[in-house]
Amino acid sequence: MSQNADKVIDHEMLFREPEYVEMFDNKKKNFEFAFPLEKMEEIREWTKTREYQDLNFAREGLTVNPAKACQPLGAVFAAVGFAKTLPFVHGSQGCVAYYRSHFSRHFKEPTSCVSSSMTEDAAVFGGLNNMVDGLANAVNLYKPDMIAVSTTCMAEVIGDDLGAFIRTSKQKGSVAEDYDVPFAHTPAFVGSHITGYDNALKGVLTHFWEGRERTPNESINFIGGFDGNVVGNMPEIRRILSLFGAEYTVVCDPSEVWNTPTDGEFRMYDGGTTKDEVKQALNAKATLSFQAFSTEKTTKYIATTGQEVVALHHPMGVAGTDKLLMEISRLTGKPIPAALEKERGRLMDAIADSSSHIHGKKFALYGDPDLMLGLTAFLLELGAEPVHVLSTNGGEDWAAQVQALFDASPFGAGCHVYAKKDLWHMRSLLFTEPVDLLIGNTYGKYLERDCGVPLIRMGFPIFDRHHHHRFPIWGYEGSLRVLVAILDEIFEALDANTIDTATTDYSYDIIR
Amino acid sequence: MAALRQIAFYGKGGIGKSTTSQNTLAALSDLGQKILIVGCDPKADSTRLILHAKCQDTILSLAAEAGSVEDLELEDVMKVGFKDIRCVESGGPEPGVGCAGRGVITSINFLEEEGAYDGIDYVSYDVLGDVVCGGFAMPIRENKAQEIYIVMSGEMMAMYAANNISKGILKYANSGGVRLGGLVCNERQTDKELELAQALAGMLGTKLIHFVPRDNIVQHAELRRMTVIEYAPDSKQAGEYRQLADKIHANAGNGTIPTPITMDQLEDLLMEHGLMPTIDESLVGKSAEELAAEAAAA
Repeated sequence: MSQNADKVIDHEMLFREPEYVEMFDNKKKNFEFAFPLEKMEEIREWTKTREYQDLNFAREGLTVNPAKACQPLGAVFAAVGFAKTLPFVHGSQGCVAYYRSHFSRHFKEPTSCVSSSMTEDAAVFGGLNNMVDGLANAVNLYKPDMIAVSTTCMAEVIGDDLGAFIRTSKQKGSVAEDYDVPFAHTPAFVGSHITGYDNALKGVLTHFWEGRERTPNESINFIGGFDGNVVGNMPEIRRILSLFGAEYTVVCDPSEVWNTPTDGEFRMYDGGTTKDEVKQALNAKATLSFQAFSTEKTTKYIATTGQEVVALHHPMGVAGTDKLLMEISRLTGKPIPAALEKERGRLMDAIADSSSHIHGKKFALYGDPDLMLGLTAFLLELGAEPVHVLSTNGGEDWAAQVQALFDASPFGAGCHVYAKKDLWHMRSLLFTEPVDLLIGNTYGKYLERDCGVPLIRMGFPIFDRHHHHRFPIWGYEGSLRVLVAILDEIFEALDANTIDTATTDYSYDIIR
Repeated sequence: MAALRQIAFYGKGGIGKSTTSQNTLAALSDLGQKILIVGCDPKADSTRLILHAKCQDTILSLAAEAGSVEDLELEDVMKVGFKDIRCVESGGPEPGVGCAGRGVITSINFLEEEGAYDGIDYVSYDVLGDVVCGGFAMPIRENKAQEIYIVMSGEMMAMYAANNISKGILKYANSGGVRLGGLVCNERQTDKELELAQALAGMLGTKLIHFVPRDNIVQHAELRRMTVIEYAPDSKQAGEYRQLADKIHANAGNGTIPTPITMDQLEDLLMEHGLMPTIDESLVGKSAEELAAEAAAA
């Protein structure tokens, strides 16, 4: 036995022990009946060709590794952004286990979320009883101040009506008449996680704003959109707004509940926008959305209340952050603080220091539509070439905006945008038009291995690197971190490519 | 602009829902109302008489072609027919597969999001058969139809369906704003039809809003894929539909929360009107042979 209690071998090394090697060989020989290795190699090579790429892009009935998740996931994200709010997903348990584990794997924190546990009888008779019992149980067990309800596919297909169900539940005494239960229908088979975030957020605002008179004041609302770096970004945007001395409300802020300390106390709820803040947010003079595609319906609704709405596309880098700060300055009537001007100068300085390394480097990137727009603009600003920009949940209107960025920069000349495509499309592109670096979430790991292109992890989810979500990628400071992440990979790749003693190490330098 | 009025027609399959609704809506448009018909039936025949053709471009068939409903534009699916009545058909799967109810939800969400109701006075949903699942209840959810009109006749099963639909409305009426607008009896020339329809309406806590007499001119018009209002505007039958339209128009806000009855009550109703002979409970479930033997023994 290679495994014993005195020296436990981890899985990384265990399966290289002789008895496992032999077992795997036997399994292959006696049970797998695979094609010969040469045949497999031949097919593998064929999948790298232009011919295969054409077939791949003609694909209609199949999606392979989409770079998106489903609506209720985004709805849960939105729900935990409110103070003492329990996300309640009307549907089956398995779906909700997925949202909890997905967030917990990314944020390395527990994510509290309940389901109405619909089973076969609920599918036949409708899920009203599950709603009635579920709301009562959730309130009694977990003592939230508010329950935000969303739906899974199952409840949507049988046509459960949340509005009627929640009213009926209250009539049946499940929860008090005046208990806040905002809701949103979030069919998982429509749109993506950003649609769900949008619907759920709109549901909360509608719940608190509908039928109330607006008395405009001088404050502004900030909405971040679905964001894998929310834990780092929210404190950063608060710092920026505070430097302005702006009166502001962050609407939906899950940064604290996903960043609780280990001090002996479990916090099921922490931080988040309070109900009073949400109610007050109606009176703001304007709402600034950091991610327009993540807040399409919400911002449209907010505009109907008479507020000015400014919706940006994840602005990053120098020009992007300039735009953000100028909008904040315009909306609040306050000048841009000197401290931020200094940060801008430092970012410029860092870009200039490293410009020779990043200039002309080719990138492929994929992810949510707003993040892609922000990153594309930043890369072009750095003199890099975002050759392949791909999004599964970005549509034609998004693609037109990315194309406009390409057209406005000399570095965008050979670049292409791919709307509604998946990571298997990206794989073809990485073989036929190779790039230096890939930017995306953890699922790009397989592309990194397949295509030999280094992955810079950015977006959601990131499961296989720890704690990066704790740091901002917004503002000049955040952009600096993104720049550093890119440069680290460039230097790692350069070192790896010059490391052979007495052959390539003429370039294996101490100073870069 | 007056508030958007939303109504829906429900009723047993084959009862003449689509014919009645299209004729009524054609008459309503004469009152200067801008109308949108939303067909919620996979057969997609709710707008045939207005468009003079069966609508081929249903929301769901085009969505299936395009890949998803988000890829559709409103003008792809909205057709304009007689008297500028706007028509959309939800469409749906072939019989025996898929989920037509979800199709109704998808279609109505699409129409709302695309602004199909902007500038419209009346939206009318024409819904297939019974309220068989949550999807077919979509038009009676909050902020959808305010009043439901049930098309029925003096036949037992039509009345049974009307009662079932009332149960569906009741589910939503207690917690929301939907109301039963009334029954529309489409005459089948069964015995004591008017009295029965009135009695049923009374028991359901509503009224018989109109009794539409049977007239072959409806069939003549239908063969030409027209409403009677268009085919023979001066006919007596066109007048009936105009009356119905006036009544519905004047019925805003007068709907009621229905009081559905049990199957026993429904049977009692039929017996009272002599349509079902009163049966001695001891005879139930006995074959003719058994009864003859009992009679011989007695």
